[in-house]
Amino acid sequence: MEPIAGTEAEVAATDELFTINIGPHHPATHGVLRLLTTLEGEVVRDLKPIIGYVHTGIEKSCEDQQYWKAITFVERMDYLAYYFNALAFCMAVEQLLDEEVPPRAQYLRVIHLELNRIASHLFWIATGALDLGAVTMLWWGCRDRDLLLDLFEMSSGQRLHTRYFQVGGVFEDIPPGFERKCREVIRFLPSRIDQYESLLDRNEIWLRRTKGTGIVPQEKLLELGVTGPLLRASGHPWDLRKAMPHCSYEDFDFKVPVGTVGDNYDRFRVRLEEMRESIKIVEQALDGLPEGPWITPNRKVALPPRHELATSMEALIHHFKLVTEGFRVPPGEVYAAVESPRGELGCFIVADGSAKPARVHMRDPSFVNLQALKHMAEGSLIADMIACVAMLDPILGGVDR
Amino acid sequence: MPDATGLELIARRVRDRVADVAVVDTAFQRRQATLQVAPARVHDVLAYLRDEDDEPWPWLMSLHGCDYLPDEPRLGVHYQLLSMERADRLNVKTRVGVDDPRVPSVVDLYQTADFQERELYDMFGVVFEGHPDLRRILMPEDYEGFPQRRDFPMGGEPVLFTFNEGKFPRWYD
Amino acid sequence: MTRTKLDDLRVRQLGAQQMLRGELAGRDLEEYVQERVLLTRLEAAQNWARKNACWPLGFGLACCAIEMITVIGSPRNDLARFGAEVIRFSPRQADMLILSGRVSIKMAPIIRRLYDQMLEPRWVISMGACASSAGMFNNYALVAGADKFLPVDVYVPGCPPRPEALLHGILRLHDKITGNPDMGWRERYRAEGTEEVEQA
Repeated sequence: MEPIAGTEAEVAATDELFTINIGPHHPATHGVLRLLTTLEGEVVRDLKPIIGYVHTGIEKSCEDQQYWKAITFVERMDYLAYYFNALAFCMAVEQLLDEEVPPRAQYLRVIHLELNRIASHLFWIATGALDLGAVTMLWWGCRDRDLLLDLFEMSSGQRLHTRYFQVGGVFEDIPPGFERKCREVIRFLPSRIDQYESLLDRNEIWLRRTKGTGIVPQEKLLELGVTGPLLRASGHPWDLRKAMPHCSYEDFDFKVPVGTVGDNYDRFRVRLEEMRESIKIVEQALDGLPEGPWITPNRKVALPPRHELATSMEALIHHFKLVTEGFRVPPGEVYAAVESPRGELGCFIVADGSAKPARVHMRDPSFVNLQALKHMAEGSLIADMIACVAMLDPILGGVDR
Repeated sequence: MPDATGLELIARRVRDRVADVAVVDTAFQRRQATLQVAPARVHDVLAYLRDEDDEPWPWLMSLHGCDYLPDEPRLGVHYQLLSMERADRLNVKTRVGVDDPRVPSVVDLYQTADFQERELYDMFGVVFEGHPDLRRILMPEDYEGFPQRRDFPMGGEPVLFTFNEGKFPRWYD
Repeated sequence: MTRTKLDDLRVRQLGAQQMLRGELAGRDLEEYVQERVLLTRLEAAQNWARKNACWPLGFGLACCAIEMITVIGSPRNDLARFGAEVIRFSPRQADMLILSGRVSIKMAPIIRRLYDQMLEPRWVISMGACASSAGMFNNYALVAGADKFLPVDVYVPGCPPRPEALLHGILRLHDKITGNPDMGWRERYRAEGTEEVEQA
């Protein structure tokens, strides 16, 4: 953005540089991110993100747990997109075991994943707009997010971190009222998204703050390994759901929104459109939901249904083995990637033949996207840097793991 | 994923055009192709794969590691390469021992490796030569030890039960 | 003659006017004082004011912060009814520190500094399993519970606790502020709670 004539930003770089710490506790840092900024007046000259303030050792803890217990650990990593974490992990384990996921389970997974994507984007716009001063978005975003969390509570009993995805499928079938309630919710969600658009899109302050700020050229983003809405906003249509479809995404007809300029405004628009596309996917999935088992019938991997335990000795033995020791995974290494609301979320698992993984590593999109913050904010004012952080959508739980 | 024959062809091209000693092993399992290279040659192999190969792999998606205790050499560094045009992934890995864990850094090839190599240094102790700013990223700067290694203790606290702590003091020992 | 609300209001206004002018005396004055003036101890009044305006520090660490923001921001579970929706990001202006999320060893000194900067009276709610104990992550990277370096007033269990649970925790904090904490099962079963154990 062109510096306003006559202000400090236009003055040549002969002034002193001032290093300030936008500390881990700050209203605008979306978690505990520490930014060491070197300022010249109000212009950011250098930016160093310092992370690690919520490092939980999830990957090390997973090495001590059975595979199905490790799902709960891995879910708490990127804590807004919990189903995606679980999906990446389950996909990797299913690849190691050569398990097939039944089609009903795949569709149920897709429904929950896309609802989670909408919920994640709603929370992003709620807090992102709050950072830039539009406080109403916080109330509206949280209000609509509550409806989606109600749906999650219906299917699994928990609002967040639901442990719904298991290796081989999903934990339980959806209850009888789920489909009706889901259709109700997605019927009026598009009008809500229109409301957000009408609130923000014609707002002069919003447009001035987001248009033309935080532009990074596409090649630079690709070099930095950035994926997800950030990359799509700069014009590159890379979406893992379309390019390398997983979990029966190829059955659905949806578009991938792509921006043109790559500034903060484009990132905002891309995410809004993604919410609309997700609604379409959920509708298609509900329409085409196949009948069948919701978890793999392989009793060595998935718990048998409770009513079988009373009649079948084998089912009892399988249940016992699975709950006490867990299933064993033959040795191997696998990397599985899914498209989370922030980019490519990958899970790398090394199995050594026992019931506990030898190494679990999650390639978190926010961790890699954070490297782009320096390029986004260099040369811009502090307020633009705050807008960049808001539009970058980092989740510090995933960054620090 | 390139299939098994594709992987062998890639390995042969790397042997021919980079160095014969570069490629240590190839592995194709669970439909994922892994090329194991010698640690000293990592930079050359990745540069070749990125630029000059007939099927280039321009993007590095993930840099992660693993401690293969008790197999020697213990520390493994994995590079997950992606080609968007062919929608294909290739895994390149290298193994170094704990006593000399030095690997050339690929930050000049792929800038995304910056944070990820720092994380490997923090968690495993792998020293990347040529990295502009190799210091701890997740743990506090003055932390000692490399947490993700298999012989590093899990840490944490034993669970105390106050109702019978008097009868069985320090039951966890 | 039926007295409507408006009549009552006019009578009260007239009484207040006379009081201000000093025109009330004798029995009228006594009645007026009995109706309008509340006598209590200074402490009770102070605590009542404090509990109804307990401003949380805007501080969120991890997943529990999402639920905390839902409590503050969502119209369904609304914290404004209890006077605590004003989030102040400066510790000098905040009363309550809601530790929402896992406390890592890198973050612990910073939280302690924030707590030290807060002015008395101040309270700490430890929200979630990770802040109360180590949660499910009993490993090298976390401080096993914030009460290792902070005095905690209320623990809210859950992973993450439901917004209603956090509201219940805040209400229990209000009870504690007014001085009658309901110790619940500890009273019923005459348990002594946690005690310091000598390290043998």
